[in-house]
Formats: sequence, structure tokens, C-alpha cells
Amino acid sequence: MTHLTRRAFGTLLGASAATLAAPGLLRAQSAGRLVIIGGGFGGASAARFARIHYPDVGVTLVEPQSSFVTCPYGNLILGGKRRLGDITHSYDGLRARGAEVIHDRATDIDPEAHRVTLAGGAVLEYDKLIVSPGIGLRWDAIEGYDDAAAEVFPHAWIGGDGSQISTLRAQLEAMPEGGVVALSIPENPFRCPPGPYERISMIAHYLKQANPTAKILAFDSKEGFAKQGLFQDAWAELYGDMIEWVPASGDGRIERVDPANKLFISEFGEEHRVDVGNVIPPQYAASIVRDTGLANESGWVPVDPHSFAAAAARDIHVIGDATIAPPMPKSGYVANSTAKTAVAAALAEVTGRPAWDAPVYFNTCYSHAGEEYGISVVAVFRPTEDGFEAVPDSGGLSPRGPLAEQARNRRLEARHADAWYDSIVKDMFS
Amino acid sequence: MSTPRVRLPRSARAGDEIEVRTLIEHPMHTAVATPEPRDMLARFEARLNGEAVFAFDFANGSAANPTFIFHVRAVPPGDFVFTWTHEDGHSFTSEQSVRII
Repeated sequence: MTHLTRRAFGTLLGASAATLAAPGLLRAQSAGRLVIIGGGFGGASAARFARIHYPDVGVTLVEPQSSFVTCPYGNLILGGKRRLGDITHSYDGLRARGAEVIHDRATDIDPEAHRVTLAGGAVLEYDKLIVSPGIGLRWDAIEGYDDAAAEVFPHAWIGGDGSQISTLRAQLEAMPEGGVVALSIPENPFRCPPGPYERISMIAHYLKQANPTAKILAFDSKEGFAKQGLFQDAWAELYGDMIEWVPASGDGRIERVDPANKLFISEFGEEHRVDVGNVIPPQYAASIVRDTGLANESGWVPVDPHSFAAAAARDIHVIGDATIAPPMPKSGYVANSTAKTAVAAALAEVTGRPAWDAPVYFNTCYSHAGEEYGISVVAVFRPTEDGFEAVPDSGGLSPRGPLAEQARNRRLEARHADAWYDSIVKDMFS
Repeated sequence: MSTPRVRLPRSARAGDEIEVRTLIEHPMHTAVATPEPRDMLARFEARLNGEAVFAFDFANGSAANPTFIFHVRAVPPGDFVFTWTHEDGHSFTSEQSVRII
């Protein structure tokens, strides 16, 4: 069938799929076949958007987990403000919209044959592929930090089945009075730049009530961080001297952990005895894009800023935390926003409908720093010739100032954050 | 002011290049833009077996918490002395040895 174009082949196969029933080959359907790897903020948003706006295109979503635990609002579990069920979402809404959701792991991509192989042995044919695989943890970056160590010192930086964040919460609850919680925070780039600092805040929020003489030591590999002034204002006002942030220039870089003896060991060899340890390791793109040559030597994936087409292969678009897209942060909101542009670009060829010639991308990162205490950073981004830029005056940070003056803003932003969360998960799963 | 920090390998072969890292927590106040009194280190010096192998003179542009990473050739007996000298003359010293094999 070499005389058939790929699309004609897909159509033919779809028309007679029931009788063809080729073993190991899941059937293609309709006008074109969009396969999406990864059911997180990027992938789920792409699937839903494609089903609504391109109803004649068949959508198959591949995601190992049977439900999705969001990283956003995971820190609120540590703070006692949410339970795991509140941040766990079903794929049934996407199924109801006609997306085929397969709970398996994609293990290989053949860009020439336009095929994705799954761990279970199935092979999916695609016309266009969107890959939103998320991050992988660099297990070799911190000596002594491996799978087993992550049971003692959870990372809680990948939602997974929710066990990591639940373990960390249970450890905080079980910590002795006056104990020490330590965090190890990586260099840029990493998933959710304000996330570690919201986590510090939410841990402090919990400890202030449950264990007020406890200490939090935040060891950082950097010299500064997202919303730093706003976070440090909140820490000083809400938590007194509970939190100590140690930058790299204060020997804050943790290079080795010893889970058996509950030690964090710094760059200069200082041994810190901790009661609860949260290691957020350095990261790169998830293995599927590193193993298939879509990522470059940095471990992240270069993409076209207008379409999120992968630089390394045709008919594949990569979105979300796996991409190289500064100054946009690796955030769920950016994954959601860029998913729509990627779908429109990918399906333009398949459907004949135009892609967007001047896309814009949105981001707001809300953080909860305490009870009714929200802060945010907002920006609108647009593509440039070879990257992205923040649109001048398109956003900004929450205003700084004493809590007495800012209480209303903080309370409003906490509510805006909750509303943002409800909206974005609807835009992914409803 | 906290203890100066130094990172060296425990041992090295004679003639090998070894990495030395140093860090001292110091505010390095220049008093150029703020009313606090000037509080600056003047010089950092590293000696191996008594011989100067690395030195740096600080100035107003030097950042707080100065950090150095440099490489030296291991020479027995491997005794390092690191000295940070303040503009007012007092100094901080750290002595460390690398076992040369």
C-alpha cells in the first residue's frame, strides 16, 4: 500500500477496522487520528480542546495513571486545607466527550512510521502526535537519593498515585515536637518555580497549629526564587522565626542524603540531621522524549514557539514542562494554554482549518502562603522568532506591603486561586 | 560571621589536579549606598605547603558570601591554609590537609 498516503491509509483502516482487527494495532477512526501521550495539564487539556473544536478527529489519550493527582494544590494537603480526593480527577469526562483513554505507558515513538508503542504491546497509529510527558527526576544528581530513599525523603514533585504527597503529610503529622523539616530545592529550570516556597509556607501553616516549636530549613541551590519578597514577607509575618531559607551562597546546596541516618549533607560537607526531609531533585523531561531523541543534550525538548512542533521530528508537538520555553515557567497553566495552540497547529493540516498565526500564552501562578493568604505572578507571553517573550505590562506580581494594609488583597487572591483551580480542572476533565 | 567553609578531596595522587571550593559568609558592606559602616574583606589567599597558590583582592564590586572554585596540582605533604583578611586587619583562617598518595 505504498501508493496510499498516510491519511488515506488511516481512513481506509478506520472504515474497515472492525473486520481488519489487526493484532496489536488499535484502530484509527474518522477524519484523522490525534494521539496524545500524557494525561496531565497539557495532555488532558489538549484532548478536551480537540474533542470540542475538532469533533471529526479521533483522539486517543495514553496515560499510565487511572486518575490524575494534580501537583497544584498538593501543597495544600501538607497544610491540611485539602485531602487527596480533592485533587484527584477522573478521566471519565474525557471519555464522555469521545476521547479514547488508554491507561498504559508509551514506551516508544516511531516518527517515520507514525506509530506509538505501549508497554502492554499495543501499537497506536497517528496522523499527529502531541506529547505532554511531564518531568523525570534526575536520580543521579543527589548522591544517595534513589527510589528507596524517596520513601524516606519523599520528593512529592510528581503527582503519580498520590502516595508521595500522602507520605510527606503523614511524616509531618508524626514528627516529634520541636522537630526539623528540611527541604532540598534545585537549580532552575524545574517544574513549578514557586512550588517549593508555597510548600514551605503550607508546612509552616500546619506546624504553627500542630507543632509550633518545629523548624523548617529550606536548603536552596539558588540565590533567589519566584515571588521571593512576597513569600519572605508572609513568612516573617505569619511564622516568625520558624523558617530559615539557606541560599547556595550560605552552603544551601545539598549534594548527598543519607536516609538511614536522616542526614542532608551540603556542598561543603555540613551534616544536617533532619526529622522530615523533602528532596526536590533536579529534573529533565520525562524519559519518553529523551529516549526518542526529541529532547536535546539539555534533557529538555526544543519546540517551535508558534506551534510547539518538536524541532527533531515532523507531526509531533511537545507541550508542558518537558519543553524549553523560557521565560514561560514550567506550570500547569502554561501547559493548558499552550495545549490549545499545539492542537490547532497540529490539526490544521489534518482538517484544513487554519492554525493561529499570532498565538498568545497565559500564565498565572497563585500560591497560598497561609490562611486566606494568596499571592500571584501573572504574565502573557507571545512567540518571537526563536523563543518567547513576556508581553510588556501584561502582568505583574501581587503588591507588597504590611499584612494590615494588604489583608483584603491576600484574602481575595486566595479565593481567586481556588477559583482558578476549579476552572482549570474543568477545562481539562469536564 | 560564620566559620569559613572549604571543600577538598580527602586524598589525591601527587601531581593530580584537585578542585578546591571555598565559601565564607560575609555581608561585604561597601557603605557606598547605605548608611551602615563599611564591613569588607580585603583579601583571600590559599597556600599549599606554605606556598601561595591562589589569591584574590576584593573590591567594592565583590558580592556577599564570596565563593571560589579553583584547581591546584596536589603536592605532598598536602597542607592547605586558607586566609580571609578583613580591611580592618583581622583575619579568618582554615587549615585542611589532603592525603597525598
